[in-house]
Amino acid sequence: MQSIEVSKDPTVQYLLRLGDTCLVLSQRLSEWCGHGPVLEEDIAMANMALDLLGQARGVLARAGERERRGHDEDQLAYLRDERDYVSATIAELPRGDFAFTVLRNAIMATWLELMWQRLQASSDDKLAAVAAKAVKEARYHQQHAADWVVRLGDGTDESAARLRAALDALWPYTRELFDADEVDEHAARSGLGPAWSELREPWMAQMQALFTAASLDMPAEPKFRSDGKRGSHSEHMGFVLADLQYLQRAYPGGTW
Amino acid sequence: MTWGLAPSLREKHAWDVLENVPDPEIPVISVRELGIVRDVRVSGGVLDVFLTPTYSGCPATEMIEQGVREALDAAGLGPIRVTTRLAPAWTTDWISDEGKRKMQQYGIAPPDHTRDAKPMVFVPRLTCPHCGSRDTERLSAFGSTACKSLHRCRACMEPFEHFKPI
Repeated sequence: MQSIEVSKDPTVQYLLRLGDTCLVLSQRLSEWCGHGPVLEEDIAMANMALDLLGQARGVLARAGERERRGHDEDQLAYLRDERDYVSATIAELPRGDFAFTVLRNAIMATWLELMWQRLQASSDDKLAAVAAKAVKEARYHQQHAADWVVRLGDGTDESAARLRAALDALWPYTRELFDADEVDEHAARSGLGPAWSELREPWMAQMQALFTAASLDMPAEPKFRSDGKRGSHSEHMGFVLADLQYLQRAYPGGTW
Repeated sequence: MTWGLAPSLREKHAWDVLENVPDPEIPVISVRELGIVRDVRVSGGVLDVFLTPTYSGCPATEMIEQGVREALDAAGLGPIRVTTRLAPAWTTDWISDEGKRKMQQYGIAPPDHTRDAKPMVFVPRLTCPHCGSRDTERLSAFGSTACKSLHRCRACMEPFEHFKPI
């Protein structure tokens, strides 16, 4: 099935960045289905994956409408190539162990909660409506993840060591979440949504509080730069998309 | 056929029909009691139904839409147009008192009004829908569907679900 190309219009790109980040994170979380350490957490991961999928759907559908090329959310999800996916790199990293998963969830849910909060006042009414729903969901995800981060950080030597290892692995990828470019400037100017850089300060404050509770040291500012939000992904992204897109690529338009 | 039916009468009939369309996940309560039917209005001969989904990723949303369409069609109230309305976002405060009562009888602890609900960090001390004891604990923040969490009663030892207030 032929790939589609999407507009480089900054409004469309801003929406795709958010929608893609939710979608790819949802895909990674859904991998826990049937593999959770206990049944309750298996269910929790699947539930959060579902919320993120619904959020991605709302945002991608809006991206398609604003693009005006007739692309719906399914086409945007299934028919774009890796370079046209503009999700933050942190979302595509392999799910790792449970410590890695809950720490990434805490990082992302905190970021998304701040993002949805701001987007409730978006100049785009439909995006604001998606945000008003999503903000409550993100808050719940955040509490679930934070609860686990504290439990592991404050638990056994093994759980604390795993959490520290997860932090070392994840932290370099957080810089991308606050690095603004012309897409952000355009969004901030038009009232579509905040520049990603605006979320850094409140996010850092919440992370600091969480790390203190979990006996984790705040790492130094990362020097590493990842760039998934501009289409340059890690080596893991191709595998994510192979899983996500296989069916629609092999059987175009196939439905259940 | 409903061609002769005055719009206001057709709307009233539709509300009555929706009273009997069950929620696919909690079949004891209707979609109307769940508060997701926001408006029913006749315009230009078409019966417009506005639905507001509960959660962003609720997989029952499409099933509900189909159930609503089929029930109204079967009652001869068509043609029907179902529209999803996202704003304002659905809240458990829209579940009717009757809906909450039925939920309780079905074994699901209903949500408090969000005005009274504690932030989720402080796990609410719920009343067991089976025996009425307040000696309960939360087992899991997530349950069999996105809208519920899982609890257990320490008095009667029965597990139960709770419809989370949002």
